[in-house]
Amino acid sequence: MKILVCMKQVPQKDAPLKLNEAGTWIREDVSYEVNEPDAFALEEALRQKEKHTGEVVVVTAGPARASQVLREALAKGADRAIHLEDAAFVGLDAYNTARAIAAAIKDEKFDLIFTGLQSDDYGYAQTGVILAEILGWPHATIIMHIEKNDAGIRVKRELEAGFFQYVDVPLPAVLTIQSGINKLRYATLIGIKQAKTKPMRKVTLAEVQSAVGANLQKIEKLYVPQKSKNTEFLEGPPAEVAKKLVEKLKNELRVI
Amino acid sequence: MAENILVIVEQREGKLNRVSWETIAAGQAIAALTGWTLEAGVVGSGVSAIAGEVAAKKVARVYDVESPGLEPYTPDAFVHGLREFLGKHPAALVLMPHTYQVRDFVPKLAAAFETTAISDVIGVKNEGGKLIFTRQMFQGKFVADVSFAGTGVCFVTFQNGSFRADKVEAGAAAAPVETVTVEIPAGVVRNKPQEVFKEAKQAVDLTQAEIIVSVGRGIKEQKNIELAKQLADAIGGELAASRPICDSGWLPMDRQIGSSGQTVAPKLYLALGISGAIQHIVGMKGSRSIVAINKDAEAPIFEIADYAVVGNLFDIVPVLIEEVKKARS
Repeated sequence: MKILVCMKQVPQKDAPLKLNEAGTWIREDVSYEVNEPDAFALEEALRQKEKHTGEVVVVTAGPARASQVLREALAKGADRAIHLEDAAFVGLDAYNTARAIAAAIKDEKFDLIFTGLQSDDYGYAQTGVILAEILGWPHATIIMHIEKNDAGIRVKRELEAGFFQYVDVPLPAVLTIQSGINKLRYATLIGIKQAKTKPMRKVTLAEVQSAVGANLQKIEKLYVPQKSKNTEFLEGPPAEVAKKLVEKLKNELRVI
Repeated sequence: MAENILVIVEQREGKLNRVSWETIAAGQAIAALTGWTLEAGVVGSGVSAIAGEVAAKKVARVYDVESPGLEPYTPDAFVHGLREFLGKHPAALVLMPHTYQVRDFVPKLAAAFETTAISDVIGVKNEGGKLIFTRQMFQGKFVADVSFAGTGVCFVTFQNGSFRADKVEAGAAAAPVETVTVEIPAGVVRNKPQEVFKEAKQAVDLTQAEIIVSVGRGIKEQKNIELAKQLADAIGGELAASRPICDSGWLPMDRQIGSSGQTVAPKLYLALGISGAIQHIVGMKGSRSIVAINKDAEAPIFEIADYAVVGNLFDIVPVLIEEVKKARS
């Protein structure tokens, strides 16, 4: 099984984020990490490779710092990496990101392409599905299990409120992977060492420029949400806060 | 010139997904902002009854987009059918609820039209004649005002609870219903879906709980869940959790609150060590009152909390349990 995993680098979950001067994006001087659903997608690809043999290739589109995500993936067991390297990739919308990836992989022959179901920064949940449309491939989203069968694969698709559905999908296909599909592995010291010699192919923006167009959405303004609620912060040492809170629960909210 | 707004309501296995009323409310709000014409559509096989239900609302027309190939739902069939329908009945804006089913096909449909989908929108406004869609980013830490920068059709999906179903205006008379048959040729549908099923044995129905004590990643270890359980018992509530806790197996799946789990609206939702990621918030933002304890003053959960405590839950909860017991005795 030849599997491509699309991975994104996003600000760390608990990183304090600040708006830039123009109020159109965040200040980029924060710590970054792999987008968590993408880590689950990588883990799933590695497990499928372990079960069926094959190759796992990881790709990201972002500035130089994003190669960290690829290095970590190689250390965990991916075979090679593709870095669409340019700061401009951060600002591309999902449609253009998908077009850029499709252009970069046009000479490859993957059986499966995984993405995380959505990214923690934009939260669009679209790149994988758009990629399927560009490639003309079938797809399935929010996947919690993958099993190979004669017709291709049988996937378990997550629905709302605890419901699920199995779907038979022919290959090649794009799947967007849900968090919690598996348990993430840690890279071993040997893995980290081996990662240094695994192939990392760089792709410039110029190489995929003809595939990419203008963004069809524009972020006019990014800002701190206006509060519609009057939140009362209770302060003091734990014993005092506990007393205050119980007083509110009893007399204001009337729940005890 | 008046443009068309089209709301595609969602049906699953012949039943209207009631979140669709929120999308109709959104459509009515946008029609009021722009003066455009609001129409609605339902897509499926044998769904005329749903079209009739929608026609009772204040919309100019309802389309019943029919084909046997549209049941069961597959992304290929829905994209093919809607491409044909929208080709015959163009719209400037196509609105849908941000459900798992819509997420499965709308990006493909938008790309097929070489346009974009603005997804998970929580509000709309008119700024100097330009429609601005507001959506959360960075897991709720910020919001973005987004505009459509293309020409032609724009798809928009709305977050659960962003508009109110009870605000939908009824029509003075039933709107006309037009049946439009579309063709789904053999070979278009590539996926073979099986039956939808529920996995977890529903041992507890969190939607019936009046008080919920919910834990997130801030609980740190499985053994600490016991502390939250003690608080739940003391206050007479049910224990619940955000997704990562259930993924780790620390609590069963039927305790999960969020887009993949239960949506609840109890009298009191007590969030312990929950940051407030969007996927969790959509499952509990309708709670009558929300109390949050988190050591991160910037946690998005505080935006929707009535009472907020910035602090270490391991210091606060033990004392809180004692105070609750005292108050209830």
